[in-house]
Amino acid sequence: MESVWSIVRLSLLVGGVGTLAVLPVAFLLAYALARGRFPGRTLLDALIHLPLVVPPVVTGWVLLIAFAPAGPIGGPLERWFGVTLLFRWTGAALAAAVMALPLAVRAIRLSLESVDRRLEDAARTLGAGRWRTFRTITLPLCWPGVLAGATLAFARALGEFGATITFVSNVPGETETLPLAIYAALQRPGGEDLVWRLAAISVAISLVALLVSEWLARRAGRGVHVL
Amino acid sequence: MSFDIDVTLRRGDALVATAFVAEEQAVALVGPSGVGKTSVLDMIAGLLRPDRGHVRVGGRVLTDRAARVEVPAHHRRAGYVFQDARLFPHLDVRRNLLYGAKDAARLATIAASLDIAHLLDRWPRALSGGEARRVAIGRALLSDPEFLLLDEPLSSLDALRREEAMRLIERVRDDSGLPLLLVTHDEREAERLCARVVRM
Repeated sequence: MESVWSIVRLSLLVGGVGTLAVLPVAFLLAYALARGRFPGRTLLDALIHLPLVVPPVVTGWVLLIAFAPAGPIGGPLERWFGVTLLFRWTGAALAAAVMALPLAVRAIRLSLESVDRRLEDAARTLGAGRWRTFRTITLPLCWPGVLAGATLAFARALGEFGATITFVSNVPGETETLPLAIYAALQRPGGEDLVWRLAAISVAISLVALLVSEWLARRAGRGVHVL
Repeated sequence: MSFDIDVTLRRGDALVATAFVAEEQAVALVGPSGVGKTSVLDMIAGLLRPDRGHVRVGGRVLTDRAARVEVPAHHRRAGYVFQDARLFPHLDVRRNLLYGAKDAARLATIAASLDIAHLLDRWPRALSGGEARRVAIGRALLSDPEFLLLDEPLSSLDALRREEAMRLIERVRDDSGLPLLLVTHDEREAERLCARVVRM
């Protein structure tokens, strides 16, 4: 059995990397959904939301098939880069990222849709091209939503259980994050003590994450809410 | 020649259309609300593309649908003062003013002439309507524009403020010497500020 702190450390690593991995993807998808008009937009929206409604075990199973050594993604990954995600913490981070994707996309999309496009027009008349307008107007104005998306993604990643245990199994020290460790401890006679401690730590981490994100959102939102 | 405009744009059921050639520096576009005056300014600024027609300002072709010319908005050098000011809420007044500035050294002069020098460290949300509008004018002037577009610059001001604002616009008009197109629904205002009045 691993020590409590190595479990916490692994959980933060998996949650942190999962969040960092999902954010750029979520932003691009949210931008496409908020601003784009293209065929298949509704279908894309539905696909993004699938991990939210499909049983996590199914998501984990799909990942397992895709990333298995003979799978459509796992095969090339192993052949060309010698990388495998199976039974690795990187796989746990991927499962967390996939499960967090719909929440992150939703939060970022909502904030993008609330950005006043007339301000972007004003920036353009002042000589700002697309990229500068995006960087100096759109992104700062939707930043609180990006932070909210990151917090939700991180919280979701920390709590991820079903997809993770299906995809990368429960390997102590490699894929045994807080929820998996709690579940494993519950199966052992005399494990209640550990369950209490791990559960308390889970609540504490989530609470801190929420408070930090609230603080960041307030800082970022200083002037944003009133025109 | 200041403005040579001939544009048509269908928006839903409404048709926005105007055509005029002006030699005068200052031109007022007058008409009842809903006739599409702001859409005309947007087409001149490059924010809207007309279905048909052309936009030439100071001899420069900005839009020519027949010749497929469409200068993008950020290359038009329009000093556009929107009716709702549109200050960037996440930037303080100083950074709003400097957003499009080519020459930051002009900040002090322009801020002083618009009486906004004491507002530089404030946030837009802490400005009154009149202050926000003066900052918006300053921001447009600092972007080194080739022409000015003013959308209802005197609306929602009481009589006293209105007189002040009119003097300010006269000063901006005469000091800058730039072609100026002003949108208003008030004929008297138009005739006082502009040598040429176009009705829509």
